[in-house]
Amino acid sequence: MAQRAHADAPHHDETNYVAIWGALCALLGLSVLGPMAGIRLLTLITAFGIAIVKAYMVCRYFMHLGIEKKWVAYILGFMLAIMLVFFGGVAPDVLRHEGLRWQKTYVEPTPAGGER
Amino acid sequence: MSGHAAQPAHHDEGFVKTYLWSTDHKVIAMQYLFTGMLMALIGGFTAYVFRMQLAFPGQSVPLFGRVSAGQYNSLVTMHGTIMIFWVAMPVLLAAFGNFLIPLMLGCDDMVFPKVNRLSYQIFLLSAVVLVASFAVPGGAFGGAWTAYPPLSAKAAYNLTRYGSTLWVVAVALEFVAFLLGGVNFVTTAMNARAPGMRMFDVPIVIWMIVIASILFMASVGPLIAGAVMLVFDQVLGTGFYDPGTGGDPILWQHLFWFFGHPEVYVVLLPAMGIVAEVIAVFSRKKLFGYRTIVHTAVATGVISFFVWAHHQFVAGIDPRMASLFTVTTLIISVPIAEMVFVYIATLYGGSITLATPMLWALSFVAEFLIGGVTGIFLGAAGSDIYLHDTYFVLAHFHYTFFPIAIIGAFTGITFWFPKMFGRMMDERLGKIHFWGTIIAFNVIFIPLFITGAAGEHRRIFDHSGFPDLATPGLQHLRTTATMGLVCLLAFQPVFFFNFVRSMVRGPIAGANPWRANTLEWLAPSPPPHGNFAELPEVYRGPYEYSTEDREEDFWPQHLPDDLSPATSVGGHQ
Amino acid sequence: MTSRPIATTRSVMEVPTGRLAMWWVLASEIVIFGGLLGSYVMMRLRHGAWADQAANTNTWTGAFNTLVLLTSSLSAVLAHQAAERADGPKAARLLRFTILGGGVFLMVKAFEWTREIQEGFTITSGLFWSFYYTAAGLHAAHVIAGMVIMFIVSLTAARNEELHRVENVGLYWHFVDVVWIFLFPLLYIAK
Repeated sequence: MAQRAHADAPHHDETNYVAIWGALCALLGLSVLGPMAGIRLLTLITAFGIAIVKAYMVCRYFMHLGIEKKWVAYILGFMLAIMLVFFGGVAPDVLRHEGLRWQKTYVEPTPAGGER
Repeated sequence: MSGHAAQPAHHDEGFVKTYLWSTDHKVIAMQYLFTGMLMALIGGFTAYVFRMQLAFPGQSVPLFGRVSAGQYNSLVTMHGTIMIFWVAMPVLLAAFGNFLIPLMLGCDDMVFPKVNRLSYQIFLLSAVVLVASFAVPGGAFGGAWTAYPPLSAKAAYNLTRYGSTLWVVAVALEFVAFLLGGVNFVTTAMNARAPGMRMFDVPIVIWMIVIASILFMASVGPLIAGAVMLVFDQVLGTGFYDPGTGGDPILWQHLFWFFGHPEVYVVLLPAMGIVAEVIAVFSRKKLFGYRTIVHTAVATGVISFFVWAHHQFVAGIDPRMASLFTVTTLIISVPIAEMVFVYIATLYGGSITLATPMLWALSFVAEFLIGGVTGIFLGAAGSDIYLHDTYFVLAHFHYTFFPIAIIGAFTGITFWFPKMFGRMMDERLGKIHFWGTIIAFNVIFIPLFITGAAGEHRRIFDHSGFPDLATPGLQHLRTTATMGLVCLLAFQPVFFFNFVRSMVRGPIAGANPWRANTLEWLAPSPPPHGNFAELPEVYRGPYEYSTEDREEDFWPQHLPDDLSPATSVGGHQ
Repeated sequence: MTSRPIATTRSVMEVPTGRLAMWWVLASEIVIFGGLLGSYVMMRLRHGAWADQAANTNTWTGAFNTLVLLTSSLSAVLAHQAAERADGPKAARLLRFTILGGGVFLMVKAFEWTREIQEGFTITSGLFWSFYYTAAGLHAAHVIAGMVIMFIVSLTAARNEELHRVENVGLYWHFVDVVWIFLFPLLYIAK
């Protein structure tokens, strides 16, 4: 059985890393401008939606996950999925503001100003 | 491409370089093994002291003195902490992983020997920090190994200000050591296998150690985050877990158990792997359903991420989640039970030899079974409401942890001792040690099932607050349990004597005294630096025992295929 | 030239061993930061009033730091490209530029935190700030570690040795960048 010592496909580097960087900066700009519109939903989409896109681009183009063996992405994806399980299992408890037979003694300061 | 891996004999490198600063995986394995065994003595001693207090409340314990309430808390905390993190993990995962992975995969060492050495050094530091906590003002941490805040976060409650911070630091260091070690293990197993060794030619114990390492890596993260938050609460006065500042103590519980439950499988899987190897060898039979075991182990690992809150049924979690976790917890018992059936199927029709390693392996199956079925009562939220925090839980998890950490360790040590040290252990002493340990173990914990079912609380120093539990009948059971423990401890010197004497004066073992198939038995006993004179190639799976048409009842992995009945006996070098 | 075991040279999975190991390191880091950030998100959702506290973080500072890290990721991947072309000295230069980026990031953070502490927002000022300093602090610790390792790699790379390490340390650096890509909206934008 053939053994290959440094067995990775040579990176055919046609990627224009500077262009990717430029796109990332543009997206950064958008995510900063988004909240200025004052629309909560837009803020969330630009802030977190763009974060996801930027992360994807860094992973795909800078970390070369696009040309890496597929199972590497599956391992990383598995870890992310585990985090969702964590969130899903814990949030019902941590997000609660009231329940049976317990009182909240911490007084939440009321948010100043209008929307949050 | 095999290579000539064994280097010419290293001239005197000095004691330090050979034993304390080595990058050789076998030396590092021994370092983990001996550290783990030493910590087991400390952990066993703590158990002795608090059980004496429970059997003879208020009386001075020989070799310790009178136990105060605070000391009692520290003792039970440190017992649990030490046994899980500084005995089970280093012995089962780090020691056996380090020793076996390169040997069984036909390598000359781990892929990152220096990182390997660093892992042990960080681990050793963690052990030193933990043991040091016994000596600080206030004593060792007394907030239980589960360290729930606010008890663990506020020194005013736990009364062990310095001990509690040292505890968190020690545990965090141990996690870092095992993360580093885990990367080494998984990368070596994935990438450095001998030529010809396909995925399903890898011995099951290696699969188990690798799966366990991945499980550890995937589950420990949130707890590391939680530990940082806890230490900040303790030292800086932040309020991550303080309801008075908007924090949430339940968050800690979730962070802890999200790791804590997969952790039990992190230690269980290697133990089951060791037992599987021994069962195959001493029944001279192919491991039944090898691939099934692999798939089951993976499935168990995945499911183990979905069961953690069964530790929190009475903590006030959302009842709808409690129902969900009951279902998943009951489900997870199925794959483990199935693995036990597979082991029994391997035994069936085999040509069984009851050597000491095999006795330990069989006892693992029997004792773990008891642990497993008693877990069902705890996994169902309804019955757990009554049984939570009673000794029933304690007996359950000792019937699982003791097989894992102690029986599993003895199985592995007695089996691989000849390879590690080049000599055979004494069979008679081995059997005396075995029976003394096993019988005593059951004498400890069967009474505790009974007291637990009767309502005996965990972690209580005495029964001054619980007169209903101070009946003579229950006290008699407690005393019996304590006597069982004393008896158990009394038999351990037999093992140590056997171990040391065999290491020095035991009969010389050849390369393959058990006539086994896996690659480690090809290397000399003990293997030199580089392990193999010539790195082997693999031609078949690891469990070709009693193959038809072969004179020999075993067929080592490294022997080239040939059509004549018997080629060589044992390893060739 | 280093006495590495034969085992280290094998790559049965057809991914070089060093890179494979780095992927596993990153996998375990995902759950560490995931646990911390997941906890933060839960607590943040529970405490609407934190928006008031969060309003005191400076979005422009955060954005500038994001720009710095993105740029340093660019230089890291260009360093990798140089290493692929066997130009060790160039890779080392680009790695040092990346380290510089990390240094700028940390300096900006130092100023930022100093200002915030002077305004009275310390780690014990409230749970939002506890999370703020802990999360950004843990991230900063990873930045420092990355800078140190990158420096060591740049030394051998400059001599055209161990060039594969350039890619691997780059992967780590990109991961640290990705964590910040999420920290930025969590701590600065969601107000």
